Amino acid sequence: MEAERQSKNASRIAMILNSDVVEKLKADFPIFKNNPKLVYLDNGATTQKPKQVIDKIKEFYENFNANASRGLYGISEKTTEIYANARKVVADFIKADFKEIIFTKNTTDSLNSLACVIDSLVPEGKDEILITEMEHHSNLIPWQQIAKRKNWKLKFIKMKDDFSLDLEDAREKINDKTAIVAFTHVSNAFGTINPAKEIVKLAKEKNAISVIDATQSVPHMPVNVKDLDCDFLVFSGHKMLGPTGIGVLYGKKELLEKMPPFSFGGGMIKSVSYENSEFADLPEKFEAGTQNIADALALSEAVKYLKKIGMENIAEWENELRNYLLKKLENIEWVEIYNPKKSSGIVSMNLKNIHPHDVASMLDEYGIAVRAGHHCCMPLMKKLGLSGTIRVSFYIYNTFEDVVKFIDAIKEIRKKLK
Amino acid sequence: MNEEHDRIYKEHIMELYKSPANYGRIENPTHEHTETNSSCGDEITMQLIVSDGKIADVKFHGSGCVMSIVSSSLLSDKIKGMPVSEAINLSKDDILELLKINLNPARLKCVTLCLYAVKNALK
Repeated sequence: MEAERQSKNASRIAMILNSDVVEKLKADFPIFKNNPKLVYLDNGATTQKPKQVIDKIKEFYENFNANASRGLYGISEKTTEIYANARKVVADFIKADFKEIIFTKNTTDSLNSLACVIDSLVPEGKDEILITEMEHHSNLIPWQQIAKRKNWKLKFIKMKDDFSLDLEDAREKINDKTAIVAFTHVSNAFGTINPAKEIVKLAKEKNAISVIDATQSVPHMPVNVKDLDCDFLVFSGHKMLGPTGIGVLYGKKELLEKMPPFSFGGGMIKSVSYENSEFADLPEKFEAGTQNIADALALSEAVKYLKKIGMENIAEWENELRNYLLKKLENIEWVEIYNPKKSSGIVSMNLKNIHPHDVASMLDEYGIAVRAGHHCCMPLMKKLGLSGTIRVSFYIYNTFEDVVKFIDAIKEIRKKLK
Repeated sequence: MNEEHDRIYKEHIMELYKSPANYGRIENPTHEHTETNSSCGDEITMQLIVSDGKIADVKFHGSGCVMSIVSSSLLSDKIKGMPVSEAINLSKDDILELLKINLNPARLKCVTLCLYAVKNALK
């Protein structure tokens, strides 16, 4: 199968992943040298960092550290250039324009900031926000709170029994009153890949603003904002080999130009008097105060690392690992799998009659890191009658051997707890 | 990764999990309370019979992780025959002493669920 895939992809310029290539990539990640037994299967929560990314942070502070766009001296000019280049690399990665990339802390920060001012783009008479039942709390609570504040309605697109999104329900619920349609591209709890392009199209037909939470898609598959045609899209740097504390808010230029800033202070102005301020052009208009320059640079290094491998190749490798795991689980009757047909490298499951927290704690004793619990999707778990699930989420450094170790461990755990 | 001395799923814990003491229901409890932990879905009901200011009998039922079941079992054994005045003053340290393991803060909620069930039942 691997050979067939390799020939199919021979024309693709990047790095086809197979077990040998992955072993070599893994050597770039110091955490695996320092924790040789670690089997890291919690990439949906955060990913490990290659030394290229870690070194970039050190390189910046040791060589160029100054404030950007402020000083009239060499290293400050260099810092300004570094920050601008980082933005350019990230913009190219999702096929956005340089001015459409706002650096934030993370997805949660991007969504909260957006939710503070997005009502300025909503025409009179529209008073409904539509999200899905499968949102992470970060794409639920900000909308829930703005709905309360403005006395708008918050509605939910249903998830079907097979863990996919009910597009028919979406079609019914997107109407002339719909102001905003905000939805996750890939579910963090079940890995469901949602038909983002179609939902954006439905929103557009009713003149509603579309917001995509791409936290679990941008790190794992090609994402093109021009092709999706979404109005806003957000993601976190730390889930894609980058450092914590840096994230992205993408917005279409014409919308960002119309939208007022959500944060005020230094760096985001053209001129200020005691009475009034004129705000800077994009993207500075939305970046008040000294920015997280070192981590923006490190994120751009992470993007370069991912591009070198190729996002299609990453998606395919994760898909192979996922299929391998599902095949291994197929005949184990004491495992319940919650797996949509169209899914990313995420597999959610439970060991029947065993609490997911016990499984995760015991897996830790084997050096295996997974996430267990409600995955910040409490209303969804409640709807499904689950106290939580065990989630395996893959990334570029995971191997078939990791899957084998996981399977062997859950078999032993089951024996101990039965 | 836990070192051996930090492991929480020790033999004495696993044995109690498989056959917990006082698991079941009392038909006419004088005191009863169900405590839930919504973030992990655990639910423990403690049923008590109090007479002459003492806990004459206790049983518990519910569902939860190993830690919540085992701590309920140990606590129910401890409070049987105990004066109410003493039972309402039990603390999380008493539970940890019964368990004889080191727990990280994330799992403390699991083992104190039964304690709050008893305290709230006796309120």
